[in-house]
Amino acid sequence: MTRPVDLLIIGAGPAGMAAALAAAPSGISIVVLDDNPLPGGQIWRDGPNAQLPTVATEMRAQLQRYSNIHLHSGTKVVAIAGPKRLLLEDAERGWVLGYEKLILCTGARELLLPFPGWTLPGVTGAGGLQALIKSGVPVSGERIVIAGSGPLLLASAATAKKNGAEVVRIAEQAGRRAVSGFALGLWRWPNKAFQAVTLASGAYRLSAHVIEALGSDRLEAVRMQTGSRVEEIACDRLACGFSLVPNTELGSALGCEVRDRAIVVDEWQTTGLTDHYAAGECTGFGGSELALVEGKIAGLVAVGRQEEARAHWPERQRWQRFADRLNQAFTLDPALKTLATADTLVCRCEDVPYAELADHASWNSAKLNTRCGMGACQGRICATAAHTLFGWEPPRLRPPFSPARIATLACLDEPAA
Amino acid sequence: MLELSIDGQPLRVAQGTTVAAALTASGDHCSRTSVSGQRRAPLCGMGICQECRVTIDGLRRLACQTLCRDGMHVETRP
Repeated sequence: MTRPVDLLIIGAGPAGMAAALAAAPSGISIVVLDDNPLPGGQIWRDGPNAQLPTVATEMRAQLQRYSNIHLHSGTKVVAIAGPKRLLLEDAERGWVLGYEKLILCTGARELLLPFPGWTLPGVTGAGGLQALIKSGVPVSGERIVIAGSGPLLLASAATAKKNGAEVVRIAEQAGRRAVSGFALGLWRWPNKAFQAVTLASGAYRLSAHVIEALGSDRLEAVRMQTGSRVEEIACDRLACGFSLVPNTELGSALGCEVRDRAIVVDEWQTTGLTDHYAAGECTGFGGSELALVEGKIAGLVAVGRQEEARAHWPERQRWQRFADRLNQAFTLDPALKTLATADTLVCRCEDVPYAELADHASWNSAKLNTRCGMGACQGRICATAAHTLFGWEPPRLRPPFSPARIATLACLDEPAA
Repeated sequence: MLELSIDGQPLRVAQGTTVAAALTASGDHCSRTSVSGQRRAPLCGMGICQECRVTIDGLRRLACQTLCRDGMHVETRP
């Protein structure tokens, strides 16, 4: 049996890379896992149409220079195989990996809310469209509507435009007062202010949201509400996301406390569980700068360099204030909870419509009676939406955490390798 | 350039392209058929929603997290 790795980091986005680089000089053995083909997370996703910032390419190069850091891309955590042991799977094999310490950097996903027509091909998440474009989806000459909430809409619009699309509308659900209050405070974070200015666009509308996606086999148009006005906009794509929700499933399955949809950590980035840390978006949405500094602190603390970690607290506090303002400014309008109609599918895996869910009192009751959340995504989309729509607390995920091969599950009987 | 097939139709794509991106050059741009018979396409783009699951050389994989490789056979229909 091979000895367990000293430090396992789940997620190779800004937090995971920063954690690995902060811990690496100690010489301990480090494994970084990520389910995407390349490191960088969602914000620094690489691909044929991606332009990575210098900090991202530099960090990737540094990761390669450390012989004690081993990166496993395209690898998912399938189950907990025992105390400090995880069952993993990549395209070729399944295996069990033991660890002494673990840092969760599992990031965040988009909050996707159901509305009529959201299952039509041509409708994606807002960050989803950006990710797809970077990975090679051609959008040149396409008319694109971007809707939902948060600065991600502008980032997605910028990527679409750069790749030749015509962004015909950006619909932000938050109102003028909230968003301009946020924009006025941006001078405190100069590089963010710059981002906001360069991303500004004439197609941007506030207090605006999608009502319905129209089309037969494919998206053809979007019906939008802007203030009290309703209009129909012809388009080839609709990219709609209502900001981000932390990926807390693995942390929760390990026994970490989750509060307000985020993994709870203290000032050392430690969870309530001994030798288990968390950093970045899985501890609450805050952007890549906050993720970087949290990752650095977690990496330093994991190798016993508390004093150096403490030196980064003021920087973390500064970006946390930015994150707090952001989350206040883009609070969701309750009207968005009523977009789905009786026959709108809420669970896209099992095709369960809104009407079948609405009469239930809890997620469990709805799940047992309708099969919602029992498909391949295990409720990551519909349980998250149902939390927003009905206030139902999402369940703790059961293994396998993602669809896995039988041969992988059989590894649970084998000693760790 | 790499050459693969989607539902039997040959296709050439640039190195580093994901299967999800390659689908946009295929027949109906879709990745799967839902339990009630609707055609679906990639949604979240980041490995969460499972809408982009396809069969690649006999194994079920997520199109958005899989890079195209020479000679790959991708199937989107049951």
